[in-house]
Amino acid sequence: MPCYSLSSIHGASEWIIMKIVIMGCGRVGARLASSLDIDGHQVTILDTDSYSFRRLPAAFGGSALVGNGLDGEVLKGAGVEESDVFVALTQGDNRNIMACQIARQIFNVPRVVCRIYDPLRQELYGTLGVESISSTIVMADLFKEKLEG
Amino acid sequence: MYIIVVGGGRVGYYLTKALLAEGHEVLIIEKEARVFQGITDELGSVCLRGDGCEVATLIDAGTDRADMLIAVTGDDDDNLVACQVAKHRFKVPRTIARISNPQNEVLFKKLGVDVTVSATNIILENIETEVSTHPLTHLLMLGDRGLEIVDVKISPESTSIGKSVETLSLPSGSVLSLIIRRDNKPFVPATNTVIQEGDQIIAVTPPESEESLRIALRGS
Repeated sequence: MPCYSLSSIHGASEWIIMKIVIMGCGRVGARLASSLDIDGHQVTILDTDSYSFRRLPAAFGGSALVGNGLDGEVLKGAGVEESDVFVALTQGDNRNIMACQIARQIFNVPRVVCRIYDPLRQELYGTLGVESISSTIVMADLFKEKLEG
Repeated sequence: MYIIVVGGGRVGYYLTKALLAEGHEVLIIEKEARVFQGITDELGSVCLRGDGCEVATLIDAGTDRADMLIAVTGDDDDNLVACQVAKHRFKVPRTIARISNPQNEVLFKKLGVDVTVSATNIILENIETEVSTHPLTHLLMLGDRGLEIVDVKISPESTSIGKSVETLSLPSGSVLSLIIRRDNKPFVPATNTVIQEGDQIIAVTPPESEESLRIALRGS
C-alpha cells in the first residue's frame, strides 16, 4: 500500500489513514471503496450478495465480506468497532439509515454517512444527527446546472 | 384513539380488524397495489396507498393528529424509520415497532421507539415456559433497568437443597424474591430459609449474572 506517497498526492501533511467500513457494493460503493483503497485507507466493504464484488477492481487491497449490515454480529465481524468511518450505500434508504444508527449508537463509530434518496427523509435525519447525501438532490442540481449552463 | 398501522400484511390486517372492533379509528398504510385493493375491498376505506416511511404519505394520513403509530411491515428497517419519522416529524405520542431480529430491541429503544414487539422472542419465551425441564426460565424483562425476572426450578440433583439462602453464593445484584413450595403457597424467603427439592424460585437478576445464579441454585 503506497502510504508514503499520500502527503505528496494530497499535499497535506495531516492526512490520516482511516479505517472505513462501506455497506453496499453497488456502483457507488465499489467505486468509493476502490478510490479510498488507492488513497491508502483500510477499506472493508460489505454486501449481501458476493456477486456484487465483481465490481471491485482486481487490484483492490481492502477486504470484501458477504453479510447483512443490519446485523450487529456482521458489523462486528467487519471491524466496525475499530473503524473511523461507516458509509451506507445500499439501494434502500431505510436500510442505510438503520445501519448508520447501529454503527453510531451501538458501536460508537465517530463518523457515519449514508445515502438517502428521499430528500424529505434526508432533511429529517439531518436534524437527528445522521449525516447523509441525497443523490436525488445532487443529481437534479447537476443536471439543472448543465442544462441552464 | 386514532391509530395508524404501517404495513398491510397479515399482521397489519388482523391488527386493524381487532382495533376497529374495539372502536378505534384506524388507517392502514400499504405500498403494494394488490394488497391495498384487497384490504379496501374487505374492510372499506381504511387503507391509504403509499410508503409509510415517507413524510408526504404521513401528511396525507393526518399523522399529526394520530395518538399512536404501529409499524408492522416484515422489515425491521422500514418499521424503525416509520416510527422515527412519526415521532420526530409528527410528534406522535406513542410508536410501536414489530421487530424480527431480537437484537434490535436495544437499538430501537435508544432511538426513541416506545415499544418493540419481537415475535422471535415471544416464541422463544413460550418454548422455555412450555419445556418444564428447562432449569431457568425468563419471565419478564424489566424495561430499560437492565434486570429480568426468572424462574428457577430446584430439581432433586440441585446443589442448593438443604442450604439456607444466606449460605448460597448468589451473584451480586441477584435477589431471590419469592419461593413457591409444593403446596403452591408462595412466600418471601428469609436469610435462614432452607431450599427444598421441588421449590420454584422467582428471582430478579441482571441478565449477565443469569448463569452464575443458575449455578448457585442448581450446581454446574
